[in-house]
Amino acid sequence: MELTGAQSLIKSLETEGVEVVFGLPGGAILPVYDPIIDSSIRHILVRHEQGAGHAAEGYAQVTGRPGVAIVTSGPGATNVVTPLANAYMDSTPLVVITGQVATNAIGTDAFQEVDITGITAGVTKHNWLVTDAEDIPRVVAEAFHVATTGRPGPVLIDFPKDVANATATWSPPGPMDLPGYKPVGEPDAAAIEAAAELMLAAERPVLYVGGGVLKANASAALLELAELTGIPVVTTLMARGAFPDRHPRCLGMPGMHGNYTAVTAMQQADLLVALGSRFDDRVTGKVDAFAPRAKVVHVDIDRAEIGKVRRPDVGVVADCRLAIEALIGALRRRAGERAGSLDPARLAPWIGLLDTWRERFPLAYDAAPPPGALDGSPPLKPQYVLETLRDATPPDTILVSGVGQHQMWAAQYWQFDHPRTWVNSGGLGTMGFAVPAALGAKVGRPDRMVWAVDGDGCFQMTAQELVTASSERIPIKIAILNNAYLGMVRQWQHMFYEERYSEVYLSPDLPDYVLWAEAMGCVGLRVTSPEEVLPAIEKANEVDDRPVVIDFRTDSMEQVYPMVASGSSNDDIVVHPSQQGLAR
Amino acid sequence: MSVGSAPSGPGQVVPMPLAGGTQARAGKRLRHHVVTLLVENKAGVLVRVAGLFARRGFNIFSLAVAPTHDPRFSRISIVVDVESAPLQQVVDQLDKLVNVVRITELHPLNAREAELLLVTVAADAVGRAQVIQLAEVFGAKVVDVGAQALTLRLASAPEAVDDFEEVLRPYGILELQRTGRIALPKLGPEA
Ligand SMILES: Cc1ncc(C[n+]2csc(CCOP(=O)(O)OP(=O)(O)O)c2C)c(N)n1
Ligand SMILES: [Mg+2]
Repeated sequence: MELTGAQSLIKSLETEGVEVVFGLPGGAILPVYDPIIDSSIRHILVRHEQGAGHAAEGYAQVTGRPGVAIVTSGPGATNVVTPLANAYMDSTPLVVITGQVATNAIGTDAFQEVDITGITAGVTKHNWLVTDAEDIPRVVAEAFHVATTGRPGPVLIDFPKDVANATATWSPPGPMDLPGYKPVGEPDAAAIEAAAELMLAAERPVLYVGGGVLKANASAALLELAELTGIPVVTTLMARGAFPDRHPRCLGMPGMHGNYTAVTAMQQADLLVALGSRFDDRVTGKVDAFAPRAKVVHVDIDRAEIGKVRRPDVGVVADCRLAIEALIGALRRRAGERAGSLDPARLAPWIGLLDTWRERFPLAYDAAPPPGALDGSPPLKPQYVLETLRDATPPDTILVSGVGQHQMWAAQYWQFDHPRTWVNSGGLGTMGFAVPAALGAKVGRPDRMVWAVDGDGCFQMTAQELVTASSERIPIKIAILNNAYLGMVRQWQHMFYEERYSEVYLSPDLPDYVLWAEAMGCVGLRVTSPEEVLPAIEKANEVDDRPVVIDFRTDSMEQVYPMVASGSSNDDIVVHPSQQGLAR
Repeated sequence: MSVGSAPSGPGQVVPMPLAGGTQARAGKRLRHHVVTLLVENKAGVLVRVAGLFARRGFNIFSLAVAPTHDPRFSRISIVVDVESAPLQQVVDQLDKLVNVVRITELHPLNAREAELLLVTVAADAVGRAQVIQLAEVFGAKVVDVGAQALTLRLASAPEAVDDFEEVLRPYGILELQRTGRIALPKLGPEA
């Protein structure tokens, strides 16, 4: 079939099953935008290329399918570097197509030329510069293959304008040419046996579950493993929802702002079974002091994660679902041979201890500011807003968040009972992620209610994508926890810089978020007192033809508890002031 | 580390004791390993490899690149300072590069290593004969002759190249270039 390079690209995307792309055109990518008119693929015109990237991430995180973004060369390309880095850190499959100047102009500092394959080499799994239109079907097939297999991640295809304009024959992609790419899958049997043995011998085991479990669609297998063994589960920031919070064995989130029980269970464990988690510094605190008595089983699809931070006793390089299923098989066999080896009573003392902690150190906040500490700030607590929102939305609601205090409260106070219902920026911590990611999530799952919890600072970074949402009739809902501050930075200055607040004040009403929302075609609401919270949420839930923004004026003074200070041992976790005197 | 499931083969490093010996004298190369990468012969591959070292904070001590007998592939030989990074982590990260086909890690004790040196030495009427004599001892060739200097070429084991450099130093080294070492595994009795 004779096509232009641009037509060939679009046809290749269609062949990959792409249903939607997020993008914004410009000079170098112009030829590609012409066949988009005739394509079955839906194109969503964003207002900033960063929005295209994050929307593609939101789409990918909720669907498990790769998100696709198309942008032009130069500034269009550099504007997607942040989403690429974000997706690289959080292992989100993304295919980004950038326009490029014509091949004979590459290297001449041509208008809107940047070396985007060079710039993004460190934040993509791989990237390609297409120099021959005949290569397009193969390169696109390779790009989708690399993005979605093994440890998923972002890839980039740089597409020069003359290649887009060239004529080429399109044929279904033949064999891929990736001699150096060999993703693993099946676990090694001996390692599984060794891991199973450790799991049976442990007296204080914890399943340390990371985002890899979601990527591997291993939630059902994990539930079976947890119920078979009775071993309690912690879910990291990237894994919220991988194991239901309502399950009695779920301890919730560990880490810098994890709850006391999850953090301390890991510290005191004699066995950590790390499943698709990577011993991130926000989870381990001071590495030398992390889980000092624990043996470690580490399952990850990326061999380089095994031993990168903590040397495991047993390493398993495999897909998490396959590894968990193999573990279940190995444990069942042992239980058949040795009666009582999986008797739940064996863990009773450990579970008893965990229950004591759970009772003594639940998540806590002061329902109203302490008397005299008001300083005119409104008595609306961000945690109360989240609890109300949680209870007033369907259990399979997709919750998206920005980065900051509001993100931590969302991760703490929400009840995640379903996989792929939590979308956030974990590894990179990208402010401005929420609005575009929520848009992408809603495009991917139009059947679900999608709420974003955003900070006032974050919102100001990418709010323009609400114009995209309005014009495309994508009815997302945004709860701004407007504390008038870059709150998380303020918290650090409060705790570690003697309350010397440097450049963190934002003002509660500049901009006027309600007017701004309305100007962008959204419904805008403002809430200043606890009584107004539920009615406003209910009103927002009823809107389904446009986005809604609620400006919740929350207490500026509120701090996120518990907290492990950066670089400290997790043993030195700081709990809420009301719990600080309690015996540990 | 016991990585139970890690199959041996490409990308798998078998930890081995490190040699002292001749390395100790060189000081700076006290703990080196040679990592040899078979890579796809495509634009930008060297940048990806070098960029990975830079990003992850690993040190490259020396580097040599050339096509193999199969034009689709090149071989990159990198001398890694194992003080700067755990070797297994270096290899595992390199293995993730899509263009890297195979990685062989060679301990100096199990490798035949070679390096090429070009050196211009001050050699007046008095010194000239001595320098030429030293060159003969080391198996170096005189490749250029000037009124006050000689240019010599030596291809040899890196330790011999080190030694040659040392003995020439008192005469006055005017310019010197080394290629970085390349290596192949030693042949066992069955090879
Ligand atoms: C792009 C970017 N710039 C800066 C930071 C550093 N940072 C982390 S949290 C935060 C404050 C976020 O403020 P806001 O969105 O109001 O959230 P809050 O903490 O108040 O809930 C900042 C500036 C970041 N994570 N990302
Ligand atoms: Mg704020």
